[in-house]
Amino acid sequence: MIPRHLQIAMVVLFVLVLILGFYVRRIRGKVRETVRAADNRPVAPPAAGPSEQATLYVAYDDPGVIHAESARIALPSGRQERAQELVQALLSRYLDKNSPHLLPAQADLRDVYMVDPGLVVIDLNSAFADGHRSGILVEELTIASLAQTLAANLPGINRVKFLVDGKQRDTLAGHADLSSYYDTAAIANLTQQLQQSP
Amino acid sequence: MMPNKFLRRNLTLPIRVRHLYKFRLPAIFAIVIGCVLFLVGDPSDQNVVSVYSPVANYSLPITPRDGRDYVGLLETLEPFGTISSRVDGQNWRLRFNGVEGIFPNGASLVRVHGRDTTLPARFLMENGRGLVPVDSLGNLLQAFLGVPVVFHATARRLFIHENGTTYTAQLAGGTPAKLVLNFSSPVNPKIATEPGKLRMTFNRDPVVASGPPSVTFNAAPISSAIFAESNGAAEITISGSAPLLASFGNDGRTITIAPAPSSASPAQTITASSPATPQASPAPVAAPPNSTTPMPSPQAPAPVPVFAVIDASHGGTETGATFSSTLLEKDVNLALARQLRQEFQSKGFSTMLLRDGDVLLSTDQRAINTNAARPALYINIHAASDGKGTRVYTAMLSSAVPDNGLFVAWDNAQAKSLTSSQAVAASIAAELGKSVPTRNAVAALRPLGNILAPAIAIEIAPRNGDVADLTAGDYQQQVASAIVVGIAAVRDKLEAAR
Repeated sequence: MIPRHLQIAMVVLFVLVLILGFYVRRIRGKVRETVRAADNRPVAPPAAGPSEQATLYVAYDDPGVIHAESARIALPSGRQERAQELVQALLSRYLDKNSPHLLPAQADLRDVYMVDPGLVVIDLNSAFADGHRSGILVEELTIASLAQTLAANLPGINRVKFLVDGKQRDTLAGHADLSSYYDTAAIANLTQQLQQSP
Repeated sequence: MMPNKFLRRNLTLPIRVRHLYKFRLPAIFAIVIGCVLFLVGDPSDQNVVSVYSPVANYSLPITPRDGRDYVGLLETLEPFGTISSRVDGQNWRLRFNGVEGIFPNGASLVRVHGRDTTLPARFLMENGRGLVPVDSLGNLLQAFLGVPVVFHATARRLFIHENGTTYTAQLAGGTPAKLVLNFSSPVNPKIATEPGKLRMTFNRDPVVASGPPSVTFNAAPISSAIFAESNGAAEITISGSAPLLASFGNDGRTITIAPAPSSASPAQTITASSPATPQASPAPVAAPPNSTTPMPSPQAPAPVPVFAVIDASHGGTETGATFSSTLLEKDVNLALARQLRQEFQSKGFSTMLLRDGDVLLSTDQRAINTNAARPALYINIHAASDGKGTRVYTAMLSSAVPDNGLFVAWDNAQAKSLTSSQAVAASIAAELGKSVPTRNAVAALRPLGNILAPAIAIEIAPRNGDVADLTAGDYQQQVASAIVVGIAAVRDKLEAAR
């Protein structure tokens, strides 16, 4: 006959083993998620903030148009962080396997700077520009999509400047001028033209 | 004479007050003059010290104190690492990447990294900001950064762990002779011209002379190249007997100085399509990319200006889009440009091809040559593999650049012709749309915004998604024909506007 205190100890140990088993299983799941996150494609970083309705101006290569689309995005309270989240949301869309507007695999946003009054500076990485397809329309779609998305969701922006690796560059991929500032009024006009099918 | 009357009526005023009234008029006059000088003063005239380093190239304003030039030490070091400063009684303490400096206010003996250093003048602390004499920057920065620092004191140019960009000047053969400047790294100077001279000012490039600062040439159009540096910038002045133009190549590493093209000696990259049409003598316009360009002089002779300038985009090492291992955008553009020239000729239009071979022209050079030719229309040709059909573009202009009197803002030169450009674009799009899918839009595309005449860009894409279609003779002929028909429909308006 097994003493009663040993029986209780065994039951407690059994429960502990079960709990540890669940814990180990959960840890393994987290490790798998971490490995998946090591994927080279940039993904939107977790944003601290409630999910909000935003308008993304998404470029479609076929037939070369831009569509305004509503999306729920977790947006922080700071303007600069909001701008980063909005651009990241667009990039995630373009880097997806079902991308409507293909960007180079390593394309990423380095940073977004809000410079008062009304200037936003979008700093892209070199892979973004170096691997971008060359052509007036295809480059315009990228520029208009990024600039109009920020202008539409962040009131008070009136100029947009693009940098590549923190430096000024003449063109995105041989055509769209990056040496000057983009007026948001001009970008809105361009976006309107690009929203119409040819 | 109000002040005198006032004084006569107030003879009982204390002497000090009367003394003030006596100087009131000159004082007001001096203040007004001061305000006027302040308002008309050009901020670019401000004295600066320029810093060149592998991390960043930048300029800092000079603060004059006690007849000497001072500069903020924290601002100078900021781009190089983590920096903080605090006021500790009469001392200003600076901490940079673990190195501490103690600067007693008003003293010339300071302590950096545990070592005493004597400044050529006393250290000044103003509103928590530490000002050091500019002459001391070399020693101080070397102590904080621990890397070699070279300071060109008279020119106020500071080279931190930076050997500078050297250059060679060679006279290329040919008629007329050209001066080719090869730089050890890409440069982006401001270019200004005056009769017989072309000045290149390097504000952000660490250009230094590796040889003698002055070189003379025994060539008629170009006589000398002189290097000089002052106020945080380097300048190379090319002297010659004719108006000079600069063109960039080799990703900004090469600048070629050549006499401005004229009817007597056309540049090799510019060819007139119709030998029967003499080219207009281009005004000596050499527009600096970052500034304003003079309008063509109303007195400049323009016997029979060409109707259209056709510009096959890209060329040389700048290939444009790569469609396949053997098909490049620059070649498609040139083929279409030649086809377009042929169509124009068949309809009796005079044209000029900006490039009729595989040569590299900067967008500024294209604009300068076009503006000098004073055409009724500028047509910029592009090709793309994305999408189908054709796209017709007009310039997307920024509203922020105003003209300055007679001088037209370089980035906004197109503004006055934009309505005509849109009319031409609409007419061409309507004609092209009859046979291929066509859209009409604006584009931030150089040099459209820098052209004084009506200007459009045309991008041709395959009809069926196959890039081989771009080289199909029937397609190019169809597009070229539609473009010319569209332009012919508004020819009278274009000629009248010119």
